[in-house]
Amino acid sequence: MIELSLDGQLLRVAQGTTVAAALYLGGDGNSRTSVSGQRRAPFCGMGVCQECRVSIDGQRRLACQTLCRSGMQVETQP
Amino acid sequence: MNADVIVIGAGIVGSACAKTLAQRGMNVLVLDSQRGGATAAGMGHLVAMDDNPAELALSRYSIELWQQWAPQLAADCAYRNCGTLWLAANQEELQAAEHKGETLRAQGVTCQLLDAEGLRQTEPMLRRDLSGALKVNGDSIVYAPNAACWMLTQGGTRIRQRCEQVSAVEGNRVRLADGSWLQAKLVIMANGIHASELCPELPIRPKKGHILITDRYPGRIQHQLVELGYAASAHVTSGTTVAFNAQPRPTGQILLGSSRQFDSLSPEVEGAVLARMLQRALDYLPELGQLNAIRSWTGFRAATPDGLPLIGAHPQQPGLWLAVGHEGLGVTTAPGTAQLLAEQLLGEPSAIDPAPYRPERFLHTHELKEQHR
Repeated sequence: MIELSLDGQLLRVAQGTTVAAALYLGGDGNSRTSVSGQRRAPFCGMGVCQECRVSIDGQRRLACQTLCRSGMQVETQP
Repeated sequence: MNADVIVIGAGIVGSACAKTLAQRGMNVLVLDSQRGGATAAGMGHLVAMDDNPAELALSRYSIELWQQWAPQLAADCAYRNCGTLWLAANQEELQAAEHKGETLRAQGVTCQLLDAEGLRQTEPMLRRDLSGALKVNGDSIVYAPNAACWMLTQGGTRIRQRCEQVSAVEGNRVRLADGSWLQAKLVIMANGIHASELCPELPIRPKKGHILITDRYPGRIQHQLVELGYAASAHVTSGTTVAFNAQPRPTGQILLGSSRQFDSLSPEVEGAVLARMLQRALDYLPELGQLNAIRSWTGFRAATPDGLPLIGAHPQQPGLWLAVGHEGLGVTTAPGTAQLLAEQLLGEPSAIDPAPYRPERFLHTHELKEQHR
């Protein structure tokens, strides 16, 4: 198992889990908050729609294109 | 009569014409084919350009009008007076920046030179070894598609809109795709690159451009950042050129341009051109490589041989007026264009000399054609 942090909460997922899947397993499924204040979530799952932008260790990344790693800090707020 | 005025094209120029004429009491019918061109694709940079006196006169005058409109603009027009920094990469370009500053100040445009240290403090994300910059305070940014919509609402019930593709123009009447004709006292063509479909005699060529936008990174840059070589790139008349141009969006996103390509009407994002454009941007903003790009798209500027728009009566078609050929400067110069056109239509004195933009410089008049026979 891999242990990562999702919005400050520890989460354990299986090897090979994408961050997009981790958002559903450990959080409300959302990746970010839009300019207009809406919570947004992964949609296409293949790196095209850009809905699943999320902060990973301080960098903006696509949750659906990133595999979970040990110690990763994932932030969906704001 | 279907209206006093029919405007073809609801981009920034057509919308500005509709607003200005409606506010003078005319009933305006705006027709747009929804095919897009420049307004919805461009950066929306309101910039005083000084490659020749006529370009500066029209852009300076138009920016004044934008500044007058600014307090009334809808919030979603995202108008921000961020200013422009013209970046000098070496001493030669710094001299060019000084010269540019003199030219702008002579026309009443407020600007000041930043030295290398001043530039590093103002925009720390830029590469550290730049020589300085010219800061133009009055330049701004706007979200042009919403600004065009806002202009169309300013005419109240005097502006009506229809989604129609015009298939032919004859003076003061237009034929729609279904074969029916509409007529007005006058017709204004403001449909950018599509103008030459209706009037093949117009010397307009499409110039394709690429744009890319990043995810939100608030505060990384503060001003519209443009390399001093931009104007040279913008005025090349063949091939493909790129120049560094970066804009801080109010959302915190960074909007990146620019590329110019002739003789392509294919809307696809071309990897090779985008790569050149981004390489140029990386030269100026090395940390861009760490940021996440979320979208890229293209648009088409309507370019004329001398880089100036065609504003005025069509010399061969009574009742037909032109407001086309604004290349990459249409968002900036739309208010001035509309004002110049309205003044000519109504026989009023002009705020600036309309002669440099008259279509006659490319199109012979009827009389001339008769004499040549």
